[in-house]
Amino acid sequence: MSLYQVQKLIYQLNRDPRTQQRYESERAAVLAEYELTEEERAALETPDIGLLYVLGVNGQLLMHFAALHKIEWTDYLEHMRVGLKTHGAVREGVYASTGYEGVDAHDARLKQEREKR
Amino acid sequence: MPLVYCGACSHAPGITARAERADTQTRQALHKALYKMGDDIRATRPDALVVVAAEHFANFFMNNMPAFAIGMADSYEGPIEDEAFLRIKRTTVPGDKALSKKLIEGVMQTVDVAYAEEWKFDHGIAVPLHFLTPGYDLPIIPANINCQGPPLTPLKRAWAFGEALRAAADALPQRIALVATGGISHWPATPDSGKINEKWDREFLARWAANDRDALLSYTDADIYREGGQGGFEIRTFIAAAAAARGAKGTIEFCEPVPIFAVSCTIARMGIAA
Repeated sequence: MSLYQVQKLIYQLNRDPRTQQRYESERAAVLAEYELTEEERAALETPDIGLLYVLGVNGQLLMHFAALHKIEWTDYLEHMRVGLKTHGAVREGVYASTGYEGVDAHDARLKQEREKR
Repeated sequence: MPLVYCGACSHAPGITARAERADTQTRQALHKALYKMGDDIRATRPDALVVVAAEHFANFFMNNMPAFAIGMADSYEGPIEDEAFLRIKRTTVPGDKALSKKLIEGVMQTVDVAYAEEWKFDHGIAVPLHFLTPGYDLPIIPANINCQGPPLTPLKRAWAFGEALRAAADALPQRIALVATGGISHWPATPDSGKINEKWDREFLARWAANDRDALLSYTDADIYREGGQGGFEIRTFIAAAAAARGAKGTIEFCEPVPIFAVSCTIARMGIAA
């Protein structure tokens, strides 16, 4: 596993406009600079946000990688949920899924509680 | 001279990135409270604002992760985030290299802090500044505690960092303000984004407002992860601010859970004990 390498690539990409330009124009060359497994390389290239999450990429890196690919917020969250269904639990890193009711249901509940106060 | 301002606020990217998706009344109240915090800071006539942040891999990565860092430059760029995503225009924010250097020298007397002559702001600093100093006219000194890449900075060291910042600021002739930024419970940028443990947040803030050192430092990272998610590790910034207040009590000026912003949006101010 080379989660470190996957995250390092995303880290450089997120913070450095020149790497972003290169990633646009010569993606294969940029990917080749990191020691990636075939699964990781494909997940980055696609990009497969769900699989990257399951591989253990930190959301603070992944969120911006998704934004770079113009993936809208709601879709970003959905990609991760689909990733968990397709590929199983997060394999590495700090995450364990905790089963959340979702923003809309949570919001409605908080609003009800506020109104009761 | 003694620190002139000490406070804490949220920095969640959703506050700007997904602004319109929150309840209008709540959003307006949050904005009002943030702008008031900016006014309160300016009223203390600071020469510089130290922002104690929990940055998210904008500058520091697992190849060389400092437990603590302070910026030492005359300007900083940010935010690194996609402008269309964060909805904050990329800009240059003024710093004060000479003042940073003096502050760092002071902090180094008790805490081994890394210094950085380059520092790109991410939402952790850019979102607060967007409201607190929208004109980007106050020199900023960024400081960071590793809340992201385990092994994380221990809570008691975050406290020591706050004490060190306070002692260093007090020894300077300049007027220094300090704002800590972070979330309490949150599961940012994960499928659980939007989950908030409001009860845990309010309990933490009660300990913070009471400036109860022992209670603040009694959390383990396992407790924090279970109750507050990986975002909860950012309580380290709040803890540093409490230490900088040197025992004074705090006031929670605003605290409202906003799931679409992924945190209990919080604005709080500490008194400053001599």
